[in-house]
Amino acid sequence: MEIFLQQLINGVTLGSIYGLIAIGYTMVFGIIGMVNFAHGDVFMVSTFIALIAFLALTQILGATSLPFCFIAVLIGAMVLTSLWSYMIERLAYRRLRGSFRLAPLISAIGMSIFLSNLVYVLQGPRNKSMPPLFNDVIQVTQGGGYDVTLSVKQILIVAVTALLLAGFWLLVQKTSLGRAQRACEQDSRMAALLGIDVDRTISLTFVIGAALAAVAGVLYMLYYGVVNSSDGFIPGVKAFTAAVLGGIGSLPGAVLGGLLIGLIETFWSAYFSSDYKDVAAFSILAVTLIFMPSGLFGRPDVEKV
Amino acid sequence: MPEASHKPRRLALRPALIGAAKAAALMLGLAFPLLAYRAEADFSNQLVLQSRWSAVLFAVATVFVLRFASILFARQDKAAPPAPKNPSAMLIRLTGLARFASLGGIACLIAFPIVMLALFGAAGSLKWIDNFGIQILIYVMLGWGLNIVVGLAGLLDLGYVAFYAVGAYSYALLSTTWGWSFWICLPVAGLLAAFWGVMLGFPVLRLRGDYLAIVTLAFGEIIRIVLTNWTALTNGDSGIGSIPRISFFGLPFVAGPSGFAAHFGLAYAPIHRVIFLFYLVLALALLTNFVTLRLRRLPIGRAWEALREDEIACRSLGIDTVTTKLTAFALGALVAGLAGAVFAARQNFVSPSSFTFLESATILAIVVLGGRGSQLGVALAATGIIGGSELLRELDGLKRIFGDAFDPTQYRMLIVGFAMVVMMNWKPRGLIAIRTPSIFLFKRKPIVGALAKEGHG
Repeated sequence: MEIFLQQLINGVTLGSIYGLIAIGYTMVFGIIGMVNFAHGDVFMVSTFIALIAFLALTQILGATSLPFCFIAVLIGAMVLTSLWSYMIERLAYRRLRGSFRLAPLISAIGMSIFLSNLVYVLQGPRNKSMPPLFNDVIQVTQGGGYDVTLSVKQILIVAVTALLLAGFWLLVQKTSLGRAQRACEQDSRMAALLGIDVDRTISLTFVIGAALAAVAGVLYMLYYGVVNSSDGFIPGVKAFTAAVLGGIGSLPGAVLGGLLIGLIETFWSAYFSSDYKDVAAFSILAVTLIFMPSGLFGRPDVEKV
Repeated sequence: MPEASHKPRRLALRPALIGAAKAAALMLGLAFPLLAYRAEADFSNQLVLQSRWSAVLFAVATVFVLRFASILFARQDKAAPPAPKNPSAMLIRLTGLARFASLGGIACLIAFPIVMLALFGAAGSLKWIDNFGIQILIYVMLGWGLNIVVGLAGLLDLGYVAFYAVGAYSYALLSTTWGWSFWICLPVAGLLAAFWGVMLGFPVLRLRGDYLAIVTLAFGEIIRIVLTNWTALTNGDSGIGSIPRISFFGLPFVAGPSGFAAHFGLAYAPIHRVIFLFYLVLALALLTNFVTLRLRRLPIGRAWEALREDEIACRSLGIDTVTTKLTAFALGALVAGLAGAVFAARQNFVSPSSFTFLESATILAIVVLGGRGSQLGVALAATGIIGGSELLRELDGLKRIFGDAFDPTQYRMLIVGFAMVVMMNWKPRGLIAIRTPSIFLFKRKPIVGALAKEGHG
């Protein structure tokens, strides 16, 4: 029971990170119908940005207040990662709208390879590890053979995720930008006829997705404290799995899918084998797509001839 | 378009300056943390930042100048892009020439080891025949195999390397545990890979396009993870070593009376084995090409191409899409399995790190850059990408310019990824984007790729 509780805590923490990345996949797929394969690498770029921004703040500017650093890094990473995503959309995808279906996907794969190798070249092949922060731990249960712990880090991760998701939900539901975004998702041609700048809306979708991925990147850096230029691929595929599991195109689905994938992964590692935890995630992806292609909350894909 | 019909062009300095300033600001934002600082661990394993502001300045200035020039000299009248034309008479003649070009290419390839041997001697030519010749040909073969799946049948397979791995491990395991010879293992490796092609193809029959791509990627990764973790069978990350080397139909390439050299009255040289392997890969690659070209004219090949263009139309015409897809997967996997066995024989060592997603992406890049469906284009792209990245190893002279820390090989995948993006934006259908119809009235006329409708893949 204690192990179960501990894994539940760990799973929710990991799941919120996946959920944040998954939103980027699901929004882009909803609006232009492509798998933004480079999104995982945008996440990786954001962890590097967060790491360097933190080091720059503490070493060069000499900032000492930890909460201030955390918030500054979070905002800085969100802004700078958005620039990357904006650039990627402009250079790699915009011209390919209306091209045949596989062209943007192949371009995205190329972009993904480019980004991970760019960071490899710029930052070197070694793992970068950060000093652990927010190390306080709360004992949830005591006595017995196994102490269940809840670290401040985990609370922070879940709280930041919840806060940002709430803000994001307001953005999509209440603002004119969100309305335009939803309109383009339903029917971009009709939206264009009604005077919505579709290109700008799509750019903003990429930017918002990247900003949320950057939050995930900062939290990932905080949680694991180590990053490598090849670390975008696996979290990216898992977040995509989460988006598919929740029903691609559905925002609550992406978050729920992320939580589920995080829970499945941690429970699989705890009860079966941590060597095969990626196999579990990948198998879920395959099984979902084969047997339940519209996921938990997705709309069924109707093809008109 | 006649130039005289335009008004004398005024150079628009202001918009160019503004645009260039915007681009430079974006570049500064992109460069700021990643390029400006490099986080390096010092002796006490603490990360410290090393600044590189000169590189940032250089990047920003370059972007500014390029953007400025591109706006200034851009065509001011943005005419609609010209409608795709049907190929001119010259293009048709060129495709006729392609036949002679490919015959000439084959002749060159057959002569390649001999020329290399004559130019560089037995020791110096090893690198050229092995690293360039054999490696490029293995990738040409993989490219042609994947071309069946992606180029002809239009099924985007991102886990193709899995079948390559199945072929390589089949030979490695069968030869080291049971002592089977290469010549028995080669067809077995091909058949096992084809079997896996069907096994993995069967569940994904309903999926198309992006979904198919992601699930095949997942399968590819699952196979790699199993190879890494099933240490009892595969020895995990340390891989399987001392795989028996290839023999000349039973005559081993060893010094001594029982070897190949003694049997034919030659002086023993290790290069014989490499040359033999070269011709073997060449023969297998040409066989792949021949079979593919022949299959294209059979009903099954036509069904593949019909499936690529429009699956719904295909189904409504009564084509069995299940068989069509599974045969494409199986044949593609078969080719990869054969290539894998040759790879294992060449390296005499296999480990899971040779079969990562990056390898799948490289093979896909070869097919995409070459032009899906074009055999010649794939061969050219394989030569360019693999030969180019091998050439990067040769560029040690660049170290004198950029300092000792400069390693050209680490730019290989950077360039490949960039090339994929540029290629998709510039020519989404690849280098050679001409379709030659396999069925025609009176005269075979090539079709420009842009005119061909391509369905959902």
